[in-house]
Amino acid sequence: MKIEVRLFATLRENRGKVLHISLNDGETVREVLNQLNISPEEVAILLVNGRDGLIDTALEDNDVLSIFPPVGGG
Amino acid sequence: MGGYIGKIIRVDLTNKSFKTEALDMELAKGYIGGRGLAERYYANEVNPMVDPLSPENKLIFATGPLSGTPTPTGGRYMVVTKSPLTGTIACSNSGGRWGAELKMAGYDMIIIEGKSDTPVYINIHDDEISIKDAGHLWGKVTSAVTKELNTELGDKVKVATIGPAGEKLSKIAAVMNDIDRAAGRSGVGAVMGSKNLKAITVRGTGKVKVSNPERLKEVVAACNKKIRENGVTGQGLPTYGTAVLVNIINENGVFPTNNWQQSTFHGAEATSGETLAEKYLVKRVGCYGCPIACGRHCKVDDLEAGGPEYETIWGFGADCGVSDLGAVIKANYWCNEMGLDTISAATTIASAMELYEKGYIKPEDVDGVPLEFGNADAVIEWTKRMGEREGLGDKLAEGSYRLCEGYGVPEFSISVKKQELPAYDPRGIQGQGLAYATSNRGGCHVRAYLISPEILGLPEKLDRFSLEGKATWVKIFQDFTAAIDSSGLCLFTSFAMGAQDYADMYNAVCGTDLTGDTFIEAGERIWNIEKVFNLEAGIKPEEDTLPTRVLKEAIADGPSKGSSAKLNEILPEYYEVRGWDNRGIPSEEKLKALGIK
Repeated sequence: MKIEVRLFATLRENRGKVLHISLNDGETVREVLNQLNISPEEVAILLVNGRDGLIDTALEDNDVLSIFPPVGGG
Repeated sequence: MGGYIGKIIRVDLTNKSFKTEALDMELAKGYIGGRGLAERYYANEVNPMVDPLSPENKLIFATGPLSGTPTPTGGRYMVVTKSPLTGTIACSNSGGRWGAELKMAGYDMIIIEGKSDTPVYINIHDDEISIKDAGHLWGKVTSAVTKELNTELGDKVKVATIGPAGEKLSKIAAVMNDIDRAAGRSGVGAVMGSKNLKAITVRGTGKVKVSNPERLKEVVAACNKKIRENGVTGQGLPTYGTAVLVNIINENGVFPTNNWQQSTFHGAEATSGETLAEKYLVKRVGCYGCPIACGRHCKVDDLEAGGPEYETIWGFGADCGVSDLGAVIKANYWCNEMGLDTISAATTIASAMELYEKGYIKPEDVDGVPLEFGNADAVIEWTKRMGEREGLGDKLAEGSYRLCEGYGVPEFSISVKKQELPAYDPRGIQGQGLAYATSNRGGCHVRAYLISPEILGLPEKLDRFSLEGKATWVKIFQDFTAAIDSSGLCLFTSFAMGAQDYADMYNAVCGTDLTGDTFIEAGERIWNIEKVFNLEAGIKPEEDTLPTRVLKEAIADGPSKGSSAKLNEILPEYYEVRGWDNRGIPSEEKLKALGIK
């Protein structure tokens, strides 16, 4: 399956803004972080299709994963 | 006692006279300073039914006990009065350096009464106070006023001033200080304008006494460490400013677009904090004593200016359908020059765009600048026209509610108690919806910033669609925020610090033994006097609500599509948690328990 990964703020450095990643069925957000060399500690907010996700959330074909480091308030 | 100077200035503009008097330290014990103490003074002295723009209204500039001390972010001040926009109590907070300077000049507060027959400004230089002619400054934009006063009085003088919008009594006019910091919301600038008061200049060479300097050093070091090590205050805000929120709020599908007709914006990336940093950022700027430095200076074409903040980018950007960040920076600049609140100015233009889209405002009414969603020139030009009340700008200067009501469609105004909502769609963030509805100054995100737990996950992540526990969360955030606003510190410190941290700093500065709980209880006392004032001012209990569109329509698009506001399910629980009756009126027992009655 293929998913879209959107990276924000400092996580974009040396990685880019939007990536398309191939995964095996049943693989989770953790596998994406591994592939992108992002440690779980760097992640403050994780959204799967705009809804709160977890490191162990299993992904499905065409999912959109948005990953943010610690960000600000308004 | 450290922290407090113990002295206030009372100015009578009608007779162009002033006197100093002792600060009421008994009141200070219960209401801390800043927002709380100024509101207590205000409510004691002013009839709640006063016309906000009449000479009988008073205008208070108040610092907190921690303003001007070595505490992190100790440079804030508060403008307290009755709002001409909402008819509620107004308390607008600003940073920069002006607040700390007032403390160093030797005053906790300035209470301004009456109305001058000619334009004047108040000049304070330590013990010397004078009321001076401002005829030469009237009509001028805020940066010109500041430069001229700095030329007359010296570079070190700090200036708080209104622009043309305040002079012309725009109900969304701000008080500007240090060029680009704003006591923005609720039209406090119009109250200043109604008194013919153009500016207050301050120069202070004294120091604020600290009761226990050694202890303060320890406590400040510990708090600064927390601020540095916290992801939001140590990394997110310093690197990207508040604008970093654009993408995150849009990714959650709660980013109101085209006057709240949609909730995701195609131009989010183009107007994001990341794009701002990449293409426009010149430098980071910090207020007095601030280790965070979330302020920005940006450059577009040949204009270099302060800002823009997240709320402003959203207002002139997504809410007006504009994806040109350069235009947003220019519109923000013109808000500062005119002395307009950026949230209300931008969203009033957004509501005018919907009036234009639906045929209420006609093409012949717009003097060559169509109010079309997505028109980047329109947000700049209409900001200027609003500030000067030119043409249709005269109606926009009244704020979105009065504008839309004039066309018979008040539901196009996305406001609570006539004050425009900021940049988070509460239909997909239920706690924030309750906070908007119950805010004592109308539509506002900084009475209780539930975005922190519901979106950012601080101090813990809450399900943004759920109502569970939200009534209690909102109450605690409201009380805690009121106490922080009264201390003289910036609300942003609360991403990293807890109630005990504030109590520790207060105790070291003032020589007291406050606990974290009593600090929050002072906030509850402040929240209750605000509510009592509003009720006595004629605000009806049923005005604790959300805009019609937000209440009746579900989110139309994006990841939060179909989500609707559940306010009516949670409001009774909130009142119960507050110890108020089922209409939202504080009970006698609660007021007695808090020492209010």
